[in-house]
Amino acid sequence: MSETSLVQELTKGLWEEIPPFRLVLGLCPTLAVTKAVDTGFGMGLALTFVLVCSNILVSLGRKVIPPKVRVPCFIIIIATFVVIVELVMQAYTYSLFLRLGIFIPLIVVNCIVLGRAEAFAYKQGLGRSIFDGLGMGIGFTLSLSVLGSIREIFGAGTWAGMELFGASFQPFTFMVEAPGAFVCLGLMLGVMNLAGKK
Amino acid sequence: MRDIIKMIVVLALLGALSGGGLAFVKTSTEEKIEYQQLKFVKGPAIQEIMEGCSNDPIVDRFTIKDGEVERSFYVGVFDGKANGVCYEGEGKGFGGAIGLMVGVNLETDELLGMGVTTHSETPGLGARAKEDPSFRAQFKGMSLTEPFKVMTDGGQVDAVSGATITSRGVCAGLTQSAEFYGRLKAQIIEEAAAFAN
Repeated sequence: MSETSLVQELTKGLWEEIPPFRLVLGLCPTLAVTKAVDTGFGMGLALTFVLVCSNILVSLGRKVIPPKVRVPCFIIIIATFVVIVELVMQAYTYSLFLRLGIFIPLIVVNCIVLGRAEAFAYKQGLGRSIFDGLGMGIGFTLSLSVLGSIREIFGAGTWAGMELFGASFQPFTFMVEAPGAFVCLGLMLGVMNLAGKK
Repeated sequence: MRDIIKMIVVLALLGALSGGGLAFVKTSTEEKIEYQQLKFVKGPAIQEIMEGCSNDPIVDRFTIKDGEVERSFYVGVFDGKANGVCYEGEGKGFGGAIGLMVGVNLETDELLGMGVTTHSETPGLGARAKEDPSFRAQFKGMSLTEPFKVMTDGGQVDAVSGATITSRGVCAGLTQSAEFYGRLKAQIIEEAAAFAN
């Protein structure tokens, strides 16, 4: 395990395998909590924490966990960290917790977390698993923040609550509704594919 | 056979570890979470009533057992004396229960103010009991020793227009809360004194 390979594990989550766009995984929170940039960012951080912690435990326990019951084991590990995130958010960022609502408990069944445990951490060493989790988590956070920014700027005329345009700005409310999430995600996927071609 | 035993042991151990860890996190965050919930649900009403106090009424709280029910009191310190207290009351409105936050000056038995916390009244009519600041403001300074009544019933309270039933419910809730306030007053003063600085 050389230094470069660790860095590669980290950076692959940022572009080559950036979760919502390249792997097209974890779309439920991607579409649902990106009405504004702060909810997207908070969701990303919560998922990053769960992802890194579950990758660490799965990687450490990969020789002990019998293959036949690996999925229940993953679920226990992931669910534990999700509940920890939920409690900590309630204790320190209650208003964000209220706005994210059901999507925090739903991280348990998020396919990025389960997917990385199954496809990566269960087969790889501790160091690589940590970097993989970090990379994927940061990639997810970035994607949600960018998507949230675009939707908030066009849909509400604000960014993280700050007024950007004058009173004359007519908000394009389509962007903060559910169909706007799909259209916005599709356009971003298209742009990323174009950029990847060259 | 060995496989099955291993599976059972691993799963059981994992479950136990997870349960233990969660119990630990839960107990260490419990107090903070309770505070946050109070702050966001009842906090705005308490803050408005206790405007100008030098402490945080949500932190400085105590409970008194009143028969079967446990009532919470939030203490406001003014000029170094713990002479303001907030507690919850309940009235019956048009659409169900109306949750009230009542603030009382312990020395004069006058209302410091009151606020509506939870309700299911008609939007635009009864709901204005919560939203309309002028309806709330009139209660400030009223004496808790007299029963509260709306003006059409010969009382002192100016009802929200178009929402007499809601206003009556608020008044009945206040009158009712005055009853247990009077009954528990000695205890309230004793407990509140501990928060003076």
